[in-house]
Amino acid sequence: MIIVNKETIAQLALQDKRLDGRGLTEYRTPIAIETNISKTAEGSVRVQIGQTIILAGLKMAIEKPYNDTPDEGGIMINAELVPLSGPQYEPGPPGKKAVELARVVDRGIREAKAIDMKKLCLVQGEKAWFITIDLVTLNDAGNLLDAAGLAALAVLKEAVFPAYEPHTGVIDYKTKTDQHLPLIKEPLPVTVYKISGQLLVDLTSQEEDAFEARLTVASDEKGILSALQKGGEAPLSIEEIDRIIDLALEKAKFLRGQLK
Amino acid sequence: MAYKKRVDGRKVDELRPMEAKAGVIPNADGSAYFKIGNTVAYAAVYGPRELYPKFLQNPKTGIIRCFYNMMPFSGSGERIRPGGNRRSKEISLVMTNALAPVIDLSEFPNTVVDIFVELPQTDAGTRCAAISAVAIALADAGIPMKDMVSSVAVGQVDGTVVADLNYNEEAYPAIVSDIPVAMLHNSKQVTLLQMDGEISKKDLLVALEMAKIATEQVYAVQMKALKERFQ
Repeated sequence: MIIVNKETIAQLALQDKRLDGRGLTEYRTPIAIETNISKTAEGSVRVQIGQTIILAGLKMAIEKPYNDTPDEGGIMINAELVPLSGPQYEPGPPGKKAVELARVVDRGIREAKAIDMKKLCLVQGEKAWFITIDLVTLNDAGNLLDAAGLAALAVLKEAVFPAYEPHTGVIDYKTKTDQHLPLIKEPLPVTVYKISGQLLVDLTSQEEDAFEARLTVASDEKGILSALQKGGEAPLSIEEIDRIIDLALEKAKFLRGQLK
Repeated sequence: MAYKKRVDGRKVDELRPMEAKAGVIPNADGSAYFKIGNTVAYAAVYGPRELYPKFLQNPKTGIIRCFYNMMPFSGSGERIRPGGNRRSKEISLVMTNALAPVIDLSEFPNTVVDIFVELPQTDAGTRCAAISAVAIALADAGIPMKDMVSSVAVGQVDGTVVADLNYNEEAYPAIVSDIPVAMLHNSKQVTLLQMDGEISKKDLLVALEMAKIATEQVYAVQMKALKERFQ
């Protein structure tokens, strides 16, 4: 492997160039979305962006609603950056990176109110559907945030309810209905990175070592923002944030187009 | 003998359909995908690499470590809480013992070869699928191996000896035994042997003879995957 230092990547960015020959705001290819990769999940997808591969599996269970929202179900998103997916990961409980990844993807969907939570309620104050999405990396080759956000939205579109018998209260996970989740919006996060004052998307692992700041922007199909997360130590100017959001909205539209 | 026709219509010694592919995880030094019926395993091998903490190092040879994990959505019922449990720890241990006899790391003292298995969907036979996947991944990584390890379960359902039980057979309402076996291709030695359920010694020996033929079928799939990888 050729060792390239951060300075080289920064120098190239100044000349609008990247190591793999892409434009600064160009995604890697292929962008591939494969559905139904796990028969045991209520929904499952495999998302690939370049060499980054992530799986998402959705499970449903019936639980008691929270006291402050007695007529609503719920959603939780979890991420496992497993040691199978890269030499930098070790076995053990989720680290900071996994927790941030899961929470940013979670907020993008939750705050957009992408799912009609009231439609998940079965018996007010007693029973409602709760959704869990687990994101598991297979190969981390950079830009996990966008891949994970795409996988989460794809699996929400794909999932169907398992058969449920209200009289006995038993869920038959082996029998799937044809009823999809009450998904009313399609929020997607896009992460824009700053290197040498330039704005880039879809960084490789190598490029991730060289970024100064990043901003993840989750937006729905109408361009309404539902989550923001700044990362990296360098500050961003308001003028830069303005440009980042424009770029993120454009790229969210592009990624949403890949889902169809 | 009440169990004449298997729940999925297979012959007694017939394995579920298998698929395998080597080199599926670009970051890993070696990797593989192995599918048998509805059980799917991904395996990745990293190393030989430096081993820390240092007291774990062996100055005479490199060592291997196995980590088996079911993805949270891979079980037939409710979501599985991530983070491992007693079962996954035990399977990781028996996997290490099933694979160690064929691996020669004497050229790489003080190092470790880390082996990770993740299962996205399961329907019985997960530890065998995991071992079969890892053996492909080790060969893909170029780790020195003295023999090939192939693994599949055999067992007995209501008096009939069968190969490769699926979940519905393991849960069959009669006396059932499930015997995961790993066998070496050349020497036919056994490197994994566990059993739960009930079986007579006579039937056990019949089952182990069946395992010889069954693991050969797994071996053929493993070899095909490796040949395709290096074509």
